Amino acid sequence: MSDDRTISRLPDGLWTQPEVSAPDLGDIGNIEPVQRIRVPAAMTYDYTPGEAPTRFLMGLAEKKILGEKCPVTGDVYVPPRGMSPAVGLPTSEQVEVGPKGSITSFCVVHIGFGVNAPPTPFVSALVLPDGAAVSVYGTVLEIPHDQVRIGMRVEPVWADDADLAPSFESIRHWRPIDEPDTPAELLKGHM
Amino acid sequence: MANRVGVIGIGQTQYSAVRGDVSLPGLIREAVFRALEDAHLTMDDIDAVVIGKAPDFFEGMMMPEPYLAEALGAVGKPLFRVHTAGSVGGSTAIVAASHVEAGVHERVLTIGWQQQSVSEAMWALSFPIPFQQQLVAGAGGYFAPFIREYMRRSNAPEDIGILVALKDRLNALKNPYAHLHEPDITYDSVKESFMLWEPIRYSETCPSSDGAIAMVLASESAAEASAASTGVRPAWIHGTAMRSEPATANGRDQVSPDAGKLCAADVYRQAGITNPREQVDVIEMYVPFSWYEPMWLENLGFAPEGDGWRLTEAGVTQLDGDLPVNCSGGVLSTNPIGASGMIRFGEAAMQVRGTAGDHQVDGARTAVGHAYGGAAQFFAMWVVGADKP
Amino acid sequence: MRDVAIVSVSQSDHVRALPERNEVEMVQPIIEGAFRNLGASISDIDFVCSGSSDYLAGQAFSFVMTLDAVGAFPPIVESHVEMDGAWALYEAWVKIQTGHADTALVYGYSKASPGDLPRVMSRQLDPYYQAPLWPDSVAIAGLQARAMIESGKITEAEMAAVAHRSREAARGNPHAQLQGSAPVEELLAAPYLSDPLRRHDCPPITDGGVAVILAAGDRARSWVDRPAWIRGIDHRVDSHNLGARDLTVAPSVALAAAKAGVANGKVDVAEVYAPFSHQEKIVVDALGLGDDVVVNPSGGALAANPVMGAGLIRLGEVAQRIMDGTADRGVGHATAGPCLQQNLVCVLEGEG
Repeated sequence: MSDDRTISRLPDGLWTQPEVSAPDLGDIGNIEPVQRIRVPAAMTYDYTPGEAPTRFLMGLAEKKILGEKCPVTGDVYVPPRGMSPAVGLPTSEQVEVGPKGSITSFCVVHIGFGVNAPPTPFVSALVLPDGAAVSVYGTVLEIPHDQVRIGMRVEPVWADDADLAPSFESIRHWRPIDEPDTPAELLKGHM
Repeated sequence: MANRVGVIGIGQTQYSAVRGDVSLPGLIREAVFRALEDAHLTMDDIDAVVIGKAPDFFEGMMMPEPYLAEALGAVGKPLFRVHTAGSVGGSTAIVAASHVEAGVHERVLTIGWQQQSVSEAMWALSFPIPFQQQLVAGAGGYFAPFIREYMRRSNAPEDIGILVALKDRLNALKNPYAHLHEPDITYDSVKESFMLWEPIRYSETCPSSDGAIAMVLASESAAEASAASTGVRPAWIHGTAMRSEPATANGRDQVSPDAGKLCAADVYRQAGITNPREQVDVIEMYVPFSWYEPMWLENLGFAPEGDGWRLTEAGVTQLDGDLPVNCSGGVLSTNPIGASGMIRFGEAAMQVRGTAGDHQVDGARTAVGHAYGGAAQFFAMWVVGADKP
Repeated sequence: MRDVAIVSVSQSDHVRALPERNEVEMVQPIIEGAFRNLGASISDIDFVCSGSSDYLAGQAFSFVMTLDAVGAFPPIVESHVEMDGAWALYEAWVKIQTGHADTALVYGYSKASPGDLPRVMSRQLDPYYQAPLWPDSVAIAGLQARAMIESGKITEAEMAAVAHRSREAARGNPHAQLQGSAPVEELLAAPYLSDPLRRHDCPPITDGGVAVILAAGDRARSWVDRPAWIRGIDHRVDSHNLGARDLTVAPSVALAAAKAGVANGKVDVAEVYAPFSHQEKIVVDALGLGDDVVVNPSGGALAANPVMGAGLIRLGEVAQRIMDGTADRGVGHATAGPCLQQNLVCVLEGEG
């Protein structure tokens, strides 16, 4: 499987590519049938973050979580994507949120995906930064996974100064802090 | 203004992890020919083709419909491609039905398909994009937190998901087309299966499948003519609805999205359903992870908020229960993403036509088909009945 | 059939690349513009439908991002096609015909700049026999141009004349990306890009989009004085196999034109989606249009080619000329697939 990239290490058959079973094609005049062809395809794209995501990512390089306000409702969206999704108008006013937040929900991942996944099992969580209207994704470390709870208070662990960059990776992970849990009812609607 | 629409033919492929015996067109034609045979029609009888699937990266082929024109008998006809993420099978059927409802065409062939084995399914679904949050947990990891929140709100027993998975996989044994046939599955085998994204276990997760489903939708007169020939009544469409909402927005409830509630309310209104729990005989809903059965039972109005799990636990949603859900085995047993929504719609139609074979619910006359996609943000539903609306 | 009209058209100023903005930031002003023309908002819209392509964006489910530009909360009735926005308009037209909607917002767009568009387009070809050879879209179009030349239907000079005329006409189009053209002699002196196509015979690579609002009957009349009524609309597809059909003709254009009733009246203006200069003649002939018809006054796709939006733009350009009284009856055309394989034809007309 040297030229196959393993994307995930799931148990047999689930989301992997098992060997093709070749049915009996019978005798087509002694011609070896072509069962399948492998066509490698690679294309390069230059992605644009966009103006609002750029502002947000620049903030991460300075250890700031910068959401943007909906011009109609005042809700602060993070990470901002350019528009307030509820009204279809541009967000522009930056509001620093967090850095502390509350876990709105989470799961314990036993099969990671992608090159950045931490060792399993790990907690993948939705974290609502204080002051924001919607949650961001993050991993929660420095606590046994069976002690993580909805409503738990957390703070971001930033990358070392030398590694800070306009990238989501400037937040390494989130870790618990010693504050009373946020009541779960207050977190509904903010995932 | 709107014309009646009947489903007069349904054809499915054998679903499996890898359909290495067929090409892309071959896979689709297997379903298409079965649907045409079911309707006693040929390709010449079809006025238009409406085909849908999820992202093209699954097959490594951009916008494949023009390539499929000959294979689908579509040369010289309108050929239309819908893409609404995971709900696409459902919305494709609705777009196809619209053509007949509007009087634009008499007979429309509609197809949902995906050949996920061609590329790599997990990658095609969610390869990382620069500057965007990376979900390192994979597709199930996206939905697992919402399941956890549902469990918290409802105080449901922890094994409801196991009951759903067991039920759907056992139902699949009665569906010859289903991908997963696990005759040895038990409560314990599900419970002891590998935990993937806690609380979702391996056996509570949908597979990745290759497959296609095709349906023929027809005007009232064309449907009556077909029924006279086949001796099988059409499944009459009593309502169709779609709703969308953003992936993130303040106030969005990921556990029971407004878009789902509104979609259901709209389709029930069209179909004259005021009490879904009593008036619907059988449901095919899009349950890719086990806990979505109780969640959608609530979201679609079959159970009060917080009580969906009670229907599951009491056996109400079993094949021989009072409100069977996913007699076909559902998405948990078969999941070619582009087809799955239409499989739900098609299986609902099969139930009211009486053609569901070993997984037929006796006397089913009103059935709901449901599909969802994206970040639980796109919903498509239809109600079909044995009687004309 | 209900009377349905285009009542608002909004385009971006099409450019080679918009490196600062992402798709939703590009699309939102276009949609806002369509609303502003009418003083309307999303609450006036019964159905939303868009056209775009994941492969162009380099992202699965790419259309989901742009939903933010619409304001879909509370939830809306919305659909999407993996086709040019012209087909999204068709879906919206059908929806209105069912009576489930009276108004619709339709948009089509692409940022082609992130990827290598001609290579990306090769992914649309037969995956077993053609795509593995990676023939880019210019080369494929070149096959058709060669067939046109060899059959005597067009000359390189005539192709250059189309390019020249189109881009000169685009001077009058504030949205066009390429405005103005070098003289034909100078164009013909340039080297081939993909013989017999030269750079001027090819469309530009464009970031941009378009949004259109449809309305039925009196609703349309309440919004604008002179709606552009859709009198006929149809789409058809030909064979995909380039060797199985005569590349110098487009039967699906003729068939769609017949179904849409192009010949039922005088055509004042036609906007055809002919991204390569030799293709205009194929489409115009298949539409059955005479020399008296003004073709592509906007400059057409040779002046701006936001793939997935360029077809809808053609319909929008005709609609605008009807709404402003410049024309009474016109034809809009959209195409998809290699060498004009799939085509949509729309007949638009003003009242009074």
